Amino acid sequence: MAVQFSEENLNKVKEIIARYPEGKQKSALLPVLHLAQESFGGWLSAESMDYVASLLQIEPIEVYEVATFYSMYNLKPVGKYLFEVCHTGPCMLNGSDNIIDYIKETLGISNGETTTDGLFTLKTVECLGACGYAPMMQLGKHFREHLTKAKVDEIIAECRSKAN
Amino acid sequence: MAFRGMQSFRTMAEEKKLFKVKIDNITVEVEPGTTILNAARLIGGDVVPPAMCYYSKLQGSGGKCRTCLVKVSKGSDADPRPMPKLVASCRTTVMDGMEVGNITSPEVLDARKGVVEFLLLNHPLDCPVCDQAGECDLQDLSYEHGVSATRYEFKRRTFDKIDIGDHIKLHMTRCILCYRCVFTADQLTNKREHGILGRGDASEISTYIQNSLDNDFIGNVIDVCPVGALTDRTARFKNRVWFLKPVDAKCECTKCSGKAVLWLRGDEIFRVTARKDKYGEVEEFICDTCRFERKDPKDWTVEGPRKVSRHSVISQGHYVGVHKPDETIAKVMDGRAPKLLMDIHDISEVNMPAVDLSKIDGPAHSNDFPKSNGVQ
Amino acid sequence: MGRKLLLDKAHIEGIRYYDTYRNNGGYAAAEKALKSMSPELVIEEVKKSGLRGRGGAGFPTGLKWSFLAKPEGVPRYLVCNADESEPGTFKDRYLMEFLPHLLIEGLLISSFALGANCTYIYIRGEYAWIPDILEEAINDAKKNNWLGKNIQGTGYDLEIYVQRGAGAYICGEETALIESLEGKRGNPRIKPPFPAVKGLWQSPTVVNNVETLAAVVPIINIGGDEYAKYGTGKSTGTKLISACGNINKPGVYEIDMNISVEEFIYSDEFCGGIPNGKRLKACIPGGSSVPILPANLLLKTAKGEPRMMTYESLNDGGFATGSMMGSGGFIVLDEDQCVVRHTMSLARFYHHESCGQCSPCREGTGWMKKVLLNIENGKGKMTDIDLLWDIQRKIEGNTICPLGDAAAWPVAAAIRHFRDEFEWHVTHPEEAMIRNFGLAHYADPLPVVATAAAV
Repeated sequence: MAVQFSEENLNKVKEIIARYPEGKQKSALLPVLHLAQESFGGWLSAESMDYVASLLQIEPIEVYEVATFYSMYNLKPVGKYLFEVCHTGPCMLNGSDNIIDYIKETLGISNGETTTDGLFTLKTVECLGACGYAPMMQLGKHFREHLTKAKVDEIIAECRSKAN
Repeated sequence: MAFRGMQSFRTMAEEKKLFKVKIDNITVEVEPGTTILNAARLIGGDVVPPAMCYYSKLQGSGGKCRTCLVKVSKGSDADPRPMPKLVASCRTTVMDGMEVGNITSPEVLDARKGVVEFLLLNHPLDCPVCDQAGECDLQDLSYEHGVSATRYEFKRRTFDKIDIGDHIKLHMTRCILCYRCVFTADQLTNKREHGILGRGDASEISTYIQNSLDNDFIGNVIDVCPVGALTDRTARFKNRVWFLKPVDAKCECTKCSGKAVLWLRGDEIFRVTARKDKYGEVEEFICDTCRFERKDPKDWTVEGPRKVSRHSVISQGHYVGVHKPDETIAKVMDGRAPKLLMDIHDISEVNMPAVDLSKIDGPAHSNDFPKSNGVQ
Repeated sequence: MGRKLLLDKAHIEGIRYYDTYRNNGGYAAAEKALKSMSPELVIEEVKKSGLRGRGGAGFPTGLKWSFLAKPEGVPRYLVCNADESEPGTFKDRYLMEFLPHLLIEGLLISSFALGANCTYIYIRGEYAWIPDILEEAINDAKKNNWLGKNIQGTGYDLEIYVQRGAGAYICGEETALIESLEGKRGNPRIKPPFPAVKGLWQSPTVVNNVETLAAVVPIINIGGDEYAKYGTGKSTGTKLISACGNINKPGVYEIDMNISVEEFIYSDEFCGGIPNGKRLKACIPGGSSVPILPANLLLKTAKGEPRMMTYESLNDGGFATGSMMGSGGFIVLDEDQCVVRHTMSLARFYHHESCGQCSPCREGTGWMKKVLLNIENGKGKMTDIDLLWDIQRKIEGNTICPLGDAAAWPVAAAIRHFRDEFEWHVTHPEEAMIRNFGLAHYADPLPVVATAAAV
């Protein structure tokens, strides 16, 4: 099988399954899918999902159903840096539309697209719970808040330098 | 008001306390744990709320389509307060002394009209080319509760048609997401391979990686589907249901009861389905061999005509007690023969059963019929 | 300064860590509950406190706890709802990030009261860094025998696990949350049965919001009666309000529920007024689902009394002239904001978050979004406004879960109070593309007819 968790991650999976009563290992699906997405290139291929199904001893369709429901699972490859910019009410009041336009312009991509160098993907998302620190985006594990055009430039530069 | 089922409950009544529930001012006594919908079905007739997703034989079904919403104007004798919102009658159990309004409640009729509009919002309304037409729950529902025009001015959501296996066509655009087929696969087959993918109005029934559904009983998803989203590829486009004659038939089957309905024209079996009750629910699920492979009349013993008891167009070709006019056409027309614009047999053998329609792979096409006299 | 019960120690450096938390009076409530109180007594104190669920519905917590079924030999679960996703709400995040031990102590006392030995914190997936903070706190609590086996020698066992969601607003609904925790799609269940009877893995389950569970700590510390002295009437205790939008000082504030809305917006202790000297146009006082109010109805009720930051006062006038406390997400719109555009963005949100299980919500939310987009983009018709009203009316109350209502209310309230602005968008499509309707009369005093004086 091409996709395979590392020994360390396999232990993590075991640890997650142990949180639930015997026979309820399906409950581990969401956390294990997160782990799979992190481990296998930032997205979930059918192969990764089938692998997760086999680990949890559930039918593949049960994994597909869940993976397609939640917006954080990417079912297509994404860039190395995924800009998830919030555009819901409170962020909109604080100018998120301008930030989104600026990112589109700077990177030359529209919503849902990835730059040709495979570095950046832009995705508008709904409320991430940082309304008081708007406008904001999620980048990897963390939030980038109080965005301005200058801050967006900084973030892009930071990503580029990390990638090199 | 007399109702069926009372007799059978009488003996139990002595042991068990029955709950009295009043639906549209008709009182019925039912066992505790009965849902409002099933209590209404005991009364029968117009007070039965329509159900698009509930299916008594499928555990966990119901509650989703919201067509069976009713008003509970009195909760019970013990707690007479009305329920604050309309409730799904298929998933709400009765209480002793409960009073329910269905067709007597303007609020319910208004909400139901809304639900029908929502269900039709993205429905393609392609009844003229849909195999389900004539036996479609959504069609019936729209006639009864819908309005003639839509207020939706946007592009409808569409999906590509896909084959899920050799025998089943999935036409997702028509689906109303009742989840019945998912419950069927879960509860009838040993392995579920299709499910609900996506979220919100982008949800779809699918297999994700185009798996074919291959399971002895998976064909039943066609029968439980309330619309034309899942159709039988061995019967698609072959004929209209109202042109076919349904008969109850039985076969010796090792997998299922072998009790089915054959849809015939002449001696030709166009399709095989399970037997359905008056609420459109399958009485006994049948296996895929009976459904898809037993198309030879020799496989079956006909038990008699199938009565389609609902007010369905299926009965339209089989009028009972209708007088045929005594006059022949010639007599009416003073001896003149009717003038035909064209004789169909001049151009096609379509109505001459030299060709076995059910054996044609795919929709019947004029090329499938030999030209008898060279006229194009 | 208002009195504080939850954030009173938030300013202490290092309060996120066990030692600091413990040295500042942390785990005293847990000690008191586990060592000197029975579970029934804890529930009694919570009942006396009048604490109402802080997640949005405002249901009395003690009452909810008393519904929990207790069949023999079946485990019971407490699940902490940290799936904070209501636009405008970010208070739970603050609690978890800065005071993780307060939540864990609250969970410990509540689990003890409910007889649960296994408790899950279901946190929204996007708060990806917070599980690390919580898990660190759980480990430290475990090392100090506040979790695990035989806690502090009392014989009580408790494990707490953190489960991350993966992006679905609907999982804030308690039965959808339970489904998600079981590794399924976040489709709300059809009730009954309620979670208190059949919840997580078909066992009796209580689902409570983060803030609710944290509030149990001060309740035990000072006693239910004392807690109930905070606030006003049935709005007892303190409430976290997350303020955002067009204000000078967005952030999370703890309020004693006896201040006015006006004070909350304009005082320097809280929002600090509206930036750039602009005027207040409208406000959504309790998270995006609750009705938006124009300035005149926000600051004063229809009876002309000052509107207070309490459950009752915010609801004064019902939906005709009032709103709701909801989850405490306080969104302020200044005079330059467009209500149509804002409503469209909320409709887009609910359309995106509808689970798709029941037809009115699945089909209706998208329809509302499309009609609103047309109006916003200058392609609307006058009849569209009535159409929107009719769509929201047919969604409200007819869905499986409250998301349908949550999607319908903002649209209904926007049309109810800002109809002229919608009409202006239709009659002035080109102008609407370049400028906003502005403050109009939305801050004007209410006509006298609205008050009893006119009679």
